[in-house]
Amino acid sequence: MRYSALRIFKEALTGHKGWTQQWRDAAPAESYDYVIIGGGGHGLSTAYYLAKEFGGARIAVLEKGWIGGGNVGRNTTIIRSNYLLDGNEPFYEFSLKLWENLEQDFNYNAMVSQRGILNLIHNDAQRDAARRRGNAMILNGSDAELLDTEGVRAMYPFLNFNDQRFPIQGGLLHRRGGTVRHDAVAWGYARGADMRGVDIIQNCEVTGFRIENGKVLGVDTTRGYIGAKKVGVTVAGSSSRVMAKAGMRLPIESHVLQAFVSEGLKPIIPGVITYGAGHFYCSQSDKGGLVFGGDIDMYNTYAQRGNLPVVEDVIESGMSLIPALGRARLLRSWGGVMDMSMDGSPFIDKTHIDGLYFNGGWCYGGFKATPASGYCFAHLLKTDRPHEVATAYRLDRFMSGNMIDEKGQGAQPNLH
Amino acid sequence: MIINHPLLGPRDAQEFTYLGDATLINRPDWQSENALNAFHDYLYLRDNPAGEHRELWYHEQGDRSWLVVTRNTMTHEILNVELAHDVAKAAAAERSAQ
Amino acid sequence: MTNGNRLNGGLIDRSTNLNFKFDGKNFSGFQGDTLASALMANGVRLMGRSFKYHRPRGVLTAGSEEPNALVELRSGGRQEPNTRATVAELYDGLSANSQNRWPSLERDFMAINDRFSNFLTAGFYYKTFMWPKAFWEKLYEPVIRKAAGLGSLTGEDDPDAYDKGFLHCDLLIVGAGPAGLAAALTAGRAGAQVILAEEDFHLGGRLIAETGALADVSGADWVAQTQAELAGMGNVRLMPRTTVFGAYDHGIYGAVERNADHLAMPAEGKPRQTLWRIYSKRALITTGAIERPIAFENNDRPGIMLAGAVRAYVNRWATTPAQSLVVFANNDDAHQTARDLIAQGVKVPAIVDTRPDAPDVEGTEVLKGAEIINTSGRLGLTSVQVRTDKGFTRDLHCEALAMSGGWNPNLGLTCHQRGRPVWNADIHAFVPGEEGLPVGQIVAGAAKGDLTTDAALQGGANAAVTALSDLGITATPADLPAAQDAPVSLSPFWHVKGAKRAWLDYQNDVTVKDVKLAHQENFTSVEHLKRYTTLGMATDQGKTSNVGALAVMAELTGKSIPETGSTIFRPPYTPVAMGALAGRAVGKEFHPTRLTPSHKWAEEQGAVFLEVGNWLRAQWFPRKGETHWRQSVNREVLQTRNSVGVCDVTTLGKIDVQGADAAAFLNMIYANGFAKLPVGKVRYGLMLREDGVAYDDGTAARLAEDHFVVTTTTANAVLVYRNMEFVRQCLCPNMDVQLISTTEAWAQYAVAGPNSRKLLQKIVDPEFDISNEAFPFMACGEITVCGGLRARLFRISFSGELAYEIAVPTRYGDGLMRALMEAGEEFDVVPYGTEALGVMRIEKGHATGNELNGTTTALNLGLGRMVSTKKDCIGNVLSRREGMNTPDALALVGLKPVDAKDTLPAGGHLMNLTGPVDAAHDQGYVTSTAYSPILNSSIALGYVKGGFDRKGEQLRLVNPLEGQEVLVEIVSAHFVDPEGEKLRA
Repeated sequence: MRYSALRIFKEALTGHKGWTQQWRDAAPAESYDYVIIGGGGHGLSTAYYLAKEFGGARIAVLEKGWIGGGNVGRNTTIIRSNYLLDGNEPFYEFSLKLWENLEQDFNYNAMVSQRGILNLIHNDAQRDAARRRGNAMILNGSDAELLDTEGVRAMYPFLNFNDQRFPIQGGLLHRRGGTVRHDAVAWGYARGADMRGVDIIQNCEVTGFRIENGKVLGVDTTRGYIGAKKVGVTVAGSSSRVMAKAGMRLPIESHVLQAFVSEGLKPIIPGVITYGAGHFYCSQSDKGGLVFGGDIDMYNTYAQRGNLPVVEDVIESGMSLIPALGRARLLRSWGGVMDMSMDGSPFIDKTHIDGLYFNGGWCYGGFKATPASGYCFAHLLKTDRPHEVATAYRLDRFMSGNMIDEKGQGAQPNLH
Repeated sequence: MIINHPLLGPRDAQEFTYLGDATLINRPDWQSENALNAFHDYLYLRDNPAGEHRELWYHEQGDRSWLVVTRNTMTHEILNVELAHDVAKAAAAERSAQ
Repeated sequence: MTNGNRLNGGLIDRSTNLNFKFDGKNFSGFQGDTLASALMANGVRLMGRSFKYHRPRGVLTAGSEEPNALVELRSGGRQEPNTRATVAELYDGLSANSQNRWPSLERDFMAINDRFSNFLTAGFYYKTFMWPKAFWEKLYEPVIRKAAGLGSLTGEDDPDAYDKGFLHCDLLIVGAGPAGLAAALTAGRAGAQVILAEEDFHLGGRLIAETGALADVSGADWVAQTQAELAGMGNVRLMPRTTVFGAYDHGIYGAVERNADHLAMPAEGKPRQTLWRIYSKRALITTGAIERPIAFENNDRPGIMLAGAVRAYVNRWATTPAQSLVVFANNDDAHQTARDLIAQGVKVPAIVDTRPDAPDVEGTEVLKGAEIINTSGRLGLTSVQVRTDKGFTRDLHCEALAMSGGWNPNLGLTCHQRGRPVWNADIHAFVPGEEGLPVGQIVAGAAKGDLTTDAALQGGANAAVTALSDLGITATPADLPAAQDAPVSLSPFWHVKGAKRAWLDYQNDVTVKDVKLAHQENFTSVEHLKRYTTLGMATDQGKTSNVGALAVMAELTGKSIPETGSTIFRPPYTPVAMGALAGRAVGKEFHPTRLTPSHKWAEEQGAVFLEVGNWLRAQWFPRKGETHWRQSVNREVLQTRNSVGVCDVTTLGKIDVQGADAAAFLNMIYANGFAKLPVGKVRYGLMLREDGVAYDDGTAARLAEDHFVVTTTTANAVLVYRNMEFVRQCLCPNMDVQLISTTEAWAQYAVAGPNSRKLLQKIVDPEFDISNEAFPFMACGEITVCGGLRARLFRISFSGELAYEIAVPTRYGDGLMRALMEAGEEFDVVPYGTEALGVMRIEKGHATGNELNGTTTALNLGLGRMVSTKKDCIGNVLSRREGMNTPDALALVGLKPVDAKDTLPAGGHLMNLTGPVDAAHDQGYVTSTAYSPILNSSIALGYVKGGFDRKGEQLRLVNPLEGQEVLVEIVSAHFVDPEGEKLRA
């Protein structure tokens, strides 16, 4: 079924009886050409692009709970292509271009809104770093503008310009960055994949891999054994747990990132702003809630919840930047488990086990990568070669000394 | 969270800085034949368990002890707290005994 | 207006009249009123508009779960959007406005949405607004955004202060209803440290909302008497107006106390609210239950309320929502609403009860087995349409309706650690499950599903005994009054079939039909249902709506409610003002400000300061007549290079390393060797991370065989010290070495320039020979200055000049600076700031933070040979990985413009002279730039691929960000005195 305003009009006049399931609840078949483990954003987009771009094959997505229930369902919805390093920026620029055409491509309004991202600058060293980054963005085909204090004030007059511990001295503006209605991304990909014959199997947890002579044959699940020619794993915060079933140890730790939303408010924050002197970034959803976040809780955890000190830290930063926030109220906070990699950059790679492929280590930047991650993983699954924008995302890069360390923090995942 | 410091008693986790898996104590021998592999595994690979995890915390706003905390990563329950110095000494003794 | 709906009795102080405004109209109420109760007493039913369809709405509840009656309270910087009128305490002069309507509450233009509701079904926006592509940001989204949102912030700074504090207790009791009060009495009398927190300003919960809850005494009297006893106990802290909003790990609870929200503004110097972190050994959750509505056609009109809320208004606030009220329920409990109203002389035309066997009630007609199938009244209820058990339709005139579908235990805090509630078939509601309940938490009373007053009282007392016995405190249940103990009589009833639009989630306008559509489109998982329809996402987080929607979904899927799912609540329990979570750490107090000992002196000189981490450092010292900072900096540089300058370098990290193995320890933390450094000598040291990347650099001075002083960069002082402690305690546990940070213990000054020795000789005590022969380059020693003051002197140079760093105990820093300036007068000594320091270090090719950016190696820095292969050190092994040692690795070089008039931007990228300008052809980037007054040219440091072998080559420095391109030449990074003759002079 194709969605359109006309369709809504027709359905409204006929009692909405014609709407069909947005995706089927498929039962597992005996075997597939491709089994994707993990029905989050990346798993669903992988299945979608495998089916759409890389030729028809029998594809299944296995999800232990309900689709879109991982980080695609609990993030701060930001998309951007403002990375510094050559290993990353072409990939994220590719992703942003996919975002820009996504809704027409999968016929679902995910509310891709390029309202601009402004990274604030508070000192000369930050301005130098912003200039280097902005130039790297432009040289990679993205967009960037360097603003002075007055430029920032014109966009965000209510920021604290008078009483700042770390005065605002400008910002790096990335106009094509913005936000997306995150759940709709999962549903749009699910619907698009389903329409192309992909089996989306919910409540199906993988309990083990069948591996013989170094080759994967299939997976054991809570809904029985499922054979597969190739298995792709996209399970984010559960990466270590799932890959351990194949006997692998990963350069990944699981950490919790909290995110926050305020009560609904009339529009006050037009774009996305990030504070350069504390842990705070913020945008406002179309419903009116201020959506914001900060740093991770810093300790390894699989519990999807955080603690109060980080809440306070984030909101102290928020109030320091936007003093008017004091009268707004925090409505809800939640936590997502992040697959924090050792250099802050992801993996899209084959493993040493024939037929087993891994996609993970997205830290807290996975949402914006969803289209490109799926596209590049599908490319790898189909061709056994990395896509040209994802060549750096190798699992052996720490052995070879080719880290992609945007923050320059070294092998300490909780600092990325 | 509250960490029961072996010397100082219960302390708020906010006084501490977190590092990671306590296997970081077991630094490989730089002269061993496969030193590069050993250091790669030591620095980069993690068990990252869902359950009991031995991990390093540093009492930065306190007595500057490094602690080995055994904590459940599913529930955050803390099961044991030791001075990392003691753990490291015991590990060194074990290594030299081998 | 008059208090036309005011009744007799209640807990309001009729002697204190309070005037207030709503939407500009004047009203009056009494002390003890909320904004909602006062408006109700004045006959106001319409208080808000719904989110999506802008439906007229009145008050639904009498508590913090209110979805409808949200207002903008106060104005200007204090304007507080989305304030629940049901919990806003009335004060004299209160002013509130309705929100999310235009131009007025009565006539709201956006109510047109309601006409088109058939097109605006759940998730309709996912299916349209996609064409043309550019219209989303330009047209559709701005319109949607403007229509959405609820109340507004003014954008003005919040003028109020907020505090934070810590509290500790044996037992935290959350909720001061019957269970909480009984528990507090029991625990308080046992001598335990007790905190009793209550979100309301009045203790008592349902005890003050009901008549006849207790057998022999009025609820209000028993509450007053209990409160008095508790207030007299030193071990009990009563905290009304305090919401415990979150259950965190290890018994820590977050709570917010509203100190001044019941006042026009906080008293001078007092906070508006306080955030409490409560550290409890045990926590008792006695948060009661929340009544649930019934879904039926047009069940959202102003005047339609929850039955228990109506009783609260009647009994506690002595007001009725109208003079004529119908009850609609599936249980006995709601019948009491009719009795209470009848007793006050309010007309109750009928009770509509869905149960065919419902009991009779004296004074009104009970329509058994009947349902309400529709209602009338656009801005306020005028009548309800009833379908009787025989299938006849009857219209009942009424201006209010009290409905009840039963009660849901208030589970909030029990779910915060992802505890899953379980279904209780006796009360047809979810109750807390054992699994996932926060450690140390116990639940009692209605929150546990014990819905009678008697069970709540007994349960609270017994839970306190249990909790305290875990802690080794013996307690006996307090003697409690006899109370109502009729069991719950309820027959599940969720929604009236056949309704076109029956509301489940009032604020977000989610109806039964939306749940049906979600089911039809396969959003059947509870989480999908919520996300697709926005059910439970409003400011009340579904407190009144979630279970009803689950029941509808269960019907559709043919499963039971618990099989269909349960929803968990996340913190905070109710929305918390951001100000309270931020506390005092805002504005200038966001982070501490660190000042060096001679800060005051620098201020006296008119220094311009710079933020370096939390430090303030003098950036330059403008003199009269200087109109541009460059003039000041050039002067400082030239005068230092020509004569002598002094710079405050106290902010550098300083770490004392002592012990027999001190040298071996430094050998481990530095890439280069320290074992053979003689006493009395300083050596430059480069630290790597274990991954082989350059971490920090500084110097280590050997003051004795077993004593070194290590310096770090300002930025990394804390991190390096932490890392050194890690190496000491975890990696080298058998070394005899001790560390201490002395950054704050010593004030340190760089004295640089050809006349630096002469200047120092004037203040160093004469018994110390600092001549070039006795104290050569890289010498160090402990000396005295100014007649006996102990000091440390290091002959090291960052500027490339003959230079020293001298350190004295912190409290003498200011004095030393003044002494240096006085002694230096004859040399025309100049203080220089970080800017001149930066110029001179760039001229000399020294790396700092811009170059040591966490991705560069010793090799990149040109220090590859410093990494000893003869010893173990942090980072040694992994620095040898192939990818970090490629022939075209980045190399730190100097850059100067081909045309000396050009300036070089830091952050510019480098491209070959010909070929494309893009990332694929990137040759490197500029890290630091300065204007060199010695060379009369802009100069820069940067990384260039294979740059050590490219000296003399020209490159394009491109800065497309600012539309700039400059031709540069690769030169040695040592622009000044490359042989180092000056510093050895």
